[in-house]
Amino acid sequence: MDRLASIRKPFETVGIRILFIVQELGRLAIFFLKGLRHIFSYPPQFAKFIEQLYFIGMKSVLVICLTGAFTGMVLGFQGYYTLVKFGSEGILGTMVALTLIRELGPVLTAIMITGRAGSAMAAEIGIMRISEQIDALETMGIHSIRFLFSPRLAAAFVSFPLLTAIFDAIGIFGGYLTGSLLLGISPGIYFYRVEYSVQMVDINGGFIKALVFGAVVVTICCFQGYYTHTRKEGFGAKGVSFATTSAVVISSVLILATDYVLTSFLM
Amino acid sequence: MREPLIQLQDVYKSFGDNTVLNGVSLSIFEGEITTIIGKSGEGKSVLLKHIIGLIEEDRGAILFKGTPIAQMKKAERSALKQKFSYMFQETALFDSMTVFENIALPLKEKTRVPKKEIRERVRSKMQQLDLNDIDGEYPSQLSGGMKKRVALARALITEPQIILFDEPTTGLDPVRKNAVHSMISDYQRRFGFTGVIVSHEIPDIFYISQRIAMLDEGKIIFEGGAEEIQRSNNPIIQQFIMGQESRHDELTGLPPQPQGERRYQQEMARMRAHKSVFTVVILTIENLDVVKKMAGYEAQQASFKRFARRVQEHLRITDICSRLGMNKIMLLLPRTDRTQAEELCHQMAESFKSEGHLEIQAYPGFCFSVSAGMAEAELDQPIAKLISAAESAKNIFYEFKVC
Repeated sequence: MDRLASIRKPFETVGIRILFIVQELGRLAIFFLKGLRHIFSYPPQFAKFIEQLYFIGMKSVLVICLTGAFTGMVLGFQGYYTLVKFGSEGILGTMVALTLIRELGPVLTAIMITGRAGSAMAAEIGIMRISEQIDALETMGIHSIRFLFSPRLAAAFVSFPLLTAIFDAIGIFGGYLTGSLLLGISPGIYFYRVEYSVQMVDINGGFIKALVFGAVVVTICCFQGYYTHTRKEGFGAKGVSFATTSAVVISSVLILATDYVLTSFLM
Repeated sequence: MREPLIQLQDVYKSFGDNTVLNGVSLSIFEGEITTIIGKSGEGKSVLLKHIIGLIEEDRGAILFKGTPIAQMKKAERSALKQKFSYMFQETALFDSMTVFENIALPLKEKTRVPKKEIRERVRSKMQQLDLNDIDGEYPSQLSGGMKKRVALARALITEPQIILFDEPTTGLDPVRKNAVHSMISDYQRRFGFTGVIVSHEIPDIFYISQRIAMLDEGKIIFEGGAEEIQRSNNPIIQQFIMGQESRHDELTGLPPQPQGERRYQQEMARMRAHKSVFTVVILTIENLDVVKKMAGYEAQQASFKRFARRVQEHLRITDICSRLGMNKIMLLLPRTDRTQAEELCHQMAESFKSEGHLEIQAYPGFCFSVSAGMAEAELDQPIAKLISAAESAKNIFYEFKVC
């Protein structure tokens, strides 16, 4: 009997784990769909949407400008030294622009916003959960997902593509700084290449990615905060710290994973 | 028989292996305050959360006016929720919103009241609860007592029909505790809401509740009036009440009512054996509510406290004095007939007058008025009868006018 149990044990452990993951995914999907639906439910929460737009979008502009500039500058360097070996440093503009618009722009923007706004969302909602503020909303008959998550999701749908656009534009300019001003490629050629090689389909692809990443980041971060109290590893302040950590880690990993999936479809 | 407003039928709830509610049946009647007492960790809060639907029962049903809430349609349920308010044990104020925003939120989110009216209603509620000039403060900047009052204001702002209070006074000092009780009972009388209170404050809470229910090991083991529970023979109830009840009422420093009753029984026994007489005097502060209106709930309680202390100082060593209600003190004077009792009260009133009255001296024209009713005990008369006899023979005992 004991032997049977010991044989069964690892299967049980795996089974429980898989069941848990499936359940969690289901909960996440329901959470997302409810949030999405209540963006459009009456009465509109316009003030909260603007507030979140300011928090997620406006307040991230500086960080996005800085990372965009340095990423572009580094791409300028790396691209130049690689291309110069083949004597084709003239297409640096193409390389920088396409890399940024198709890949690095959406991905790095999303990861930066995760660090700046996503962690804050998880912590804020997590604290509201452990101090019964979310329960208080429910007792007032206020739909807590609609109140807390929907405005953030709506704000993410607007701000992620816009921030990605800023990142791309500043990045391309950063490539010009290193490529043209420092290493001597003619600015005319650089910008001609940018203009010539970037198609509308690349820009659309980048924006689709930004939209998806926005949904992923905000959903994961709000979800982690919202369900802080169901965590088994820790309660109270520890629970919030775990929620924040896993919000950032899971969001970052998922950004890269969905990026792969999306790229393979968009290409 | 009256139909209960809310009825819990055989409600079961467990968290994992831990069974918290093990077949709870409880009736809550309209326009009454029902208090749920019981040991810590017995699931009183869980029970309260079931009523408002924060937690769903595993088995059993919760009925609202005879209809099971679980079977209601979504729209019906959300309409029902509008009738409820809930005051959390830890206040659960939104800590990133100001006091004003906290109190206004239920109105702002769930009603179509215009902004201007919201502002007026919040202001007037804040004024009623002594919360002036803190509109812009955040909950973390407030003291515990103030937070409780803000939470109470938030619970009252929608003028709900049913309010659930989860330990509304835990962690407050005796004056504030009684101030919150007085506020709850005051509002209940004024707006006639149905209240459910989870509380440990025995016997203070008995003064303001019409019904008491005791939760023990997941079941309601008692439902009935405050006097009934104090007379209950159930050893679990007796042990609990005696254990919770401190030797002295925290506010007045007097022995609480049940102790007064026990002394009454002893005196009665002495009367039976030795034919000794004794008299009961009920002192009632007639205008304690006016003190509240002028100086607030806390001053009201403080002035009651001071009055009680003075009465005690003037009593003879054999006299017994206990708190009878929110504004009543019962004196039990052994070996004293009615004439002697009157003489004693007269002397007491004279010396009070010469001492003045601190709490209210800032309000010129105000008259602090206490009435005294007295009755001599008859053999084997129940205490309730004697008390009502004493109260029906009320006379002005002491008046202190501020000039």
